[in-house]
Amino acid sequence: MSSAIKVENLSKVYNLGEIGTGTLSRDIERWWALLRGKEDPYLRIGETNDRAAKGDSNIVYSLRDLSFEVKQGEAVGIIGRNGAGKSTLLKLLSRVTSPTAGKISIKGRIASLLEVGTGFHPELTGKDNIFLNGAIMGMKKAEIKRKLDEIIAFSGVERYVDTPVKRYSSGMYVRLAFAVAAHLQSEILIVDEVLAVGDAEFQSKCLGKMKDVSSNEGRTVLFVSHNMAAMNSLCTSGMILEKGKLHYSGDIDKTIGRYLEINRTHSNTDVIERTDRVGNQRLKFANTWVENEEGETIEHVVSGQKIKIVAELINTTREIIHDNISVAFAVYDYMGYQITDLSNIYSSNGDKLRVDNKVRIACEIPKLPLNEGVYRYNLYCTINNEVADGLEYAGYFNVNAGDFYGTGRLSDKNQGQVLFNQNWSIVCAE
Amino acid sequence: MHDNDKDWNLVIKPSESLFSLNLREVWNYKDLILLLVRRDFVSFYKQTIFGPIWFFIQPFFTTFIYVFVFGTLASLSTDGLPQPLFYLTNIVAWNYFSECLNKTSTVFRDNANIFGKVYFPRLVMPLSIVISNLTRFGVQLALLLLAMLYYALVKGYAFDITVYILLFPLMVLLMAALGLGSGMIISAMTTKYRDLSFLVTFGIQLLMYVTPVIYPLSAAPEKVKWVLSINPMTPILEGIRLGLLGKGDITIGSLIYAITVVVVVLFTGIITFNKVEKSFVDTV
Repeated sequence: MSSAIKVENLSKVYNLGEIGTGTLSRDIERWWALLRGKEDPYLRIGETNDRAAKGDSNIVYSLRDLSFEVKQGEAVGIIGRNGAGKSTLLKLLSRVTSPTAGKISIKGRIASLLEVGTGFHPELTGKDNIFLNGAIMGMKKAEIKRKLDEIIAFSGVERYVDTPVKRYSSGMYVRLAFAVAAHLQSEILIVDEVLAVGDAEFQSKCLGKMKDVSSNEGRTVLFVSHNMAAMNSLCTSGMILEKGKLHYSGDIDKTIGRYLEINRTHSNTDVIERTDRVGNQRLKFANTWVENEEGETIEHVVSGQKIKIVAELINTTREIIHDNISVAFAVYDYMGYQITDLSNIYSSNGDKLRVDNKVRIACEIPKLPLNEGVYRYNLYCTINNEVADGLEYAGYFNVNAGDFYGTGRLSDKNQGQVLFNQNWSIVCAE
Repeated sequence: MHDNDKDWNLVIKPSESLFSLNLREVWNYKDLILLLVRRDFVSFYKQTIFGPIWFFIQPFFTTFIYVFVFGTLASLSTDGLPQPLFYLTNIVAWNYFSECLNKTSTVFRDNANIFGKVYFPRLVMPLSIVISNLTRFGVQLALLLLAMLYYALVKGYAFDITVYILLFPLMVLLMAALGLGSGMIISAMTTKYRDLSFLVTFGIQLLMYVTPVIYPLSAAPEKVKWVLSINPMTPILEGIRLGLLGKGDITIGSLIYAITVVVVVLFTGIITFNKVEKSFVDTV
């Protein structure tokens, strides 16, 4: 399959701070440097875009030497933290602004939805706005006329098409706007997080439409979102942007997994030093890890393996606590759905915990019933039902496909998160 | 995999030549231009009682005031033409020019929202402004024709209409091009230096006084005539009056001068506009 988009050494530089002050003198300085055939003095000192770290120069690279290729018919999800350059990339691809250096080559008509309803005029009727909005996005009048009925039907606001859109509810407005966008004729579709609007029914309709566009019509889709679930269901492959550079690209599952791993290393301060915790801190988590049967700390585990999740608790009070202490590890999948809750209150040998100075609590899972993927767990501790300590994103582990059923057959990673022990039997019904 | 630009429909690169204007692309968006013109026209009178009549009211009352202030109180010459006709013609024409200039000069700021989200050839916006003002100009021209008809039939005024009437469409075209060109130059510069936008509003007002709007060129004192003659709007307005009303002070020389200035301004405008449009989203 041939490429639909090819990006080579793409860079985009932004001015920080107050633009407009002192630009005249800077312009002259630049112009003087260029005139002598020298490099632009302000580009040289540019630095990568790191929101948190304060830099010396007020010129930053939002994208730096980015290169990648997208094949025809691929649906690519672009992931990255805020400020990683996702929006800049979309802006460059949709030609809203032009790059500082590098080259983008595109095959086919490109339609970008950085926003829905661009150019809607409140005084005009719904129908007029369909035409206007469609034309702004590059459709011909005849083309819109041909699709008008389809667009109106999709939007579900038939009754109001002859009413000025200023009388619309915000939901109706968005429905109409997305309906126009969904009917753009293009080989490449670029979508920013526009799905975060409208009610649940409409959102799923939008997702369905976009899926249709990419898998059935064979169009290329570039999709930016923080919604990993939407990303996972829509995209075939993904890429991670980090500080304006391509950090990773590959399968969408692997990309999402990798992204979560990066996020973990970002919050890799030791558990004991974290300040984003809840509770009265009479007991405090100091550390946590996952270990195998041999007691070695591991990050990669296998379905069906015997593992232990371990946490260290410190008593910050001077006396021994022997009240009703409960400790829980809440396990989540990569989409943020809770899988289960592991807690000593469910334990059969439910000895009361007694915490002197520092204790190590372990929860053994004899046969890990989780399918391939990245999982995280939160730590939680209560004393007499009063929260002592709570930490989100405390630990992570990667599960690889394994022989859970003991039959030599690996589980299908696309068929749910949880594995059950199962016994099958066939009896004659007659 | 060939690495040839021809294999791709679209190649985006940082800075292209100043003269890559992509006028053909603008033509592809002609539907958009027409829809924008329609939008401007319809939204202008939506939810008003008088509707399109508002297009008449402004020039009508301005003419009335001008006749009173400049005609009666100051008794300025009107080249022997009936005062209401003289002022109405000038006002309608000047309105068109100043509206074109005014609106195009703020085109980046007014449309920053759209420009920041969707790509289309930016030239579409100023063009649609000039054309939608042309529809308004057309409506106001109808008022002028009614007034002329009234003078011809009721007052028995004999218009000296000659072959010069052919000058009229040319003058309108020059006026549109001049407004468009200078508006685009200003709009391109205001994206970086906002100061200019303050200058524009009252600059246009001042410009009116060095253009034969409230007096004819023939009545200007010799000492200041040179100021008027470097103003390309002078021959344009005189030409319009010569064409429509039969009296105006225009020579071949001043006509050629006006055309040259307009062409230069228009091209400078298009080029600076094109240069700015590529990166203005980052600075505006």
